[in-house]
Amino acid sequence: MKALISVTITAVLYEAIARSGWFAAALVPTLPTVARTLWTMLADGTMAGHAINTLWRVFSGLGLAALTGLVLGFLMARYRPVERFFLPLVSALMPIPSLAWAPVFILWFGLGNTATVLVVFYAASFPMVINTWTGARAVNPLWLRAAGAMGAGGAAMFWKVVVPGASPFIITGLRLAFQRAWIAVVGAEMLAASAFGLGWVIFDAKEFLNADIMLASLAVIGLIGFVFERLVFGSLERGTVLRWGMVRTAKA
Amino acid sequence: MSAASLMRAAIPFAVVAALWEIAAHSGAFPPRLFPALEEVGATLARLTAAGILPRHAAETLFRLVAGFAIAAVVGVAVGIVMGRYRRAEDLLLPLVSIGAPIPGLAYAPLFLLWFGLGDTGSIILVGFVAAFPVILNSWTGVKAVKEIWIRAAQTMGADERRLFRHVILPGALPYILTGLRLGLAQGWRILVAVEMLAAVQWGLGWLIFGAREFLNTDAMLAGIAVIGAIGLTLEKLVFQRLEEYTVVRWGMIAA
Repeated sequence: MKALISVTITAVLYEAIARSGWFAAALVPTLPTVARTLWTMLADGTMAGHAINTLWRVFSGLGLAALTGLVLGFLMARYRPVERFFLPLVSALMPIPSLAWAPVFILWFGLGNTATVLVVFYAASFPMVINTWTGARAVNPLWLRAAGAMGAGGAAMFWKVVVPGASPFIITGLRLAFQRAWIAVVGAEMLAASAFGLGWVIFDAKEFLNADIMLASLAVIGLIGFVFERLVFGSLERGTVLRWGMVRTAKA
Repeated sequence: MSAASLMRAAIPFAVVAALWEIAAHSGAFPPRLFPALEEVGATLARLTAAGILPRHAAETLFRLVAGFAIAAVVGVAVGIVMGRYRRAEDLLLPLVSIGAPIPGLAYAPLFLLWFGLGDTGSIILVGFVAAFPVILNSWTGVKAVKEIWIRAAQTMGADERRLFRHVILPGALPYILTGLRLGLAQGWRILVAVEMLAAVQWGLGWLIFGAREFLNTDAMLAGIAVIGAIGLTLEKLVFQRLEEYTVVRWGMIAA
């Protein structure tokens, strides 16, 4: 309710500025214009096409990153030499923004999907590796010893103790990875200039001063990000670690 | 760090460098696209000596500092006001929660349209993007100040100003510092990308993006190395130092 009031106040302010005539109407479109553009793009399916392309790129990159991150993270936690070899590399590469690689990837793999997916992969890998590695090391040693005393072998120990024990960290890692990936995909689509994708639409609209298309796409980007962040990863958390009683919600 | 552990950390880099060299010299890839490391090193040295790389770096850092300064001042102020006054919280929190999850880069074309290509647009975008974590953390920090500290200070007769300066601000500082750190990291990421989009004359992002046109992969990799080094320095030197001098020394968090 309070949220509604504050959003309404902002919308009214924006509308007043847009209608005041101080700024060019093409640059500051009124909200009904934006809504109409959004509706047209939704109705003729262009927005869906862009969103599907973007989602496909995000999840290819994220999937690869999750796979790599899980394998590498568990190996680093389990085997000392692996940790010694990869940890310095990970720490050195992590501070480089993923989008800085975009021009190199474009040069190596051409404009289009490969470069975009690789940028997303680069952005999403680090939170996955670091969180899996931290999670696997943070498993309560008492559990390991208890499982060992009850005769758990290597495989059982890994699947029944280490993986569930590390899962709160891993799920947080996945969530962080998605946030990073979502930023990276928008940027990479602007730079890698493929013909479809939400990032590309926004950037392309700049050429034609279509601020209404920009704002409409911005709303869709925000909405998709919100849906995945809250609903998908939130329910993943509820379905696994919360149900197993590994983390507590603040409100409960 | 001891000599032995330094040695151990150097091994993986040596292995990767050796693999890179083998790949570069094998002739499997065109050398323009996949330059040998000595070439990248030579380019790095050449661009540094010619003053080109330092100028790119200086312009980028200027934008980062300017944008981050806006984010720090506005973000901390808004965050603290939101934490202290119920009205402000009710009004601003929904807006911040809606704005924060949208990737900052998505705003980039809009900001460039509104504020023009070049410095103004990119600085404002960096400030805007970096402000969200600062606001959210400052707000949480003020909320997290123990009620009992505030009541104790009030009982001992602290007025509003002293309460703020001696209780709320130090109490919220660990959170504020975390927010500033996150904000700087986000601003830095966005800045590199926005320099590619905003067609500025100088800047590290532009250096690597512009080098693409001429297939100067060596200049790109040299630029990326500098970007990585700056990112690492900001994280390790600036903020860890700041944290050691304030909250760690006050015993609020463990070193």
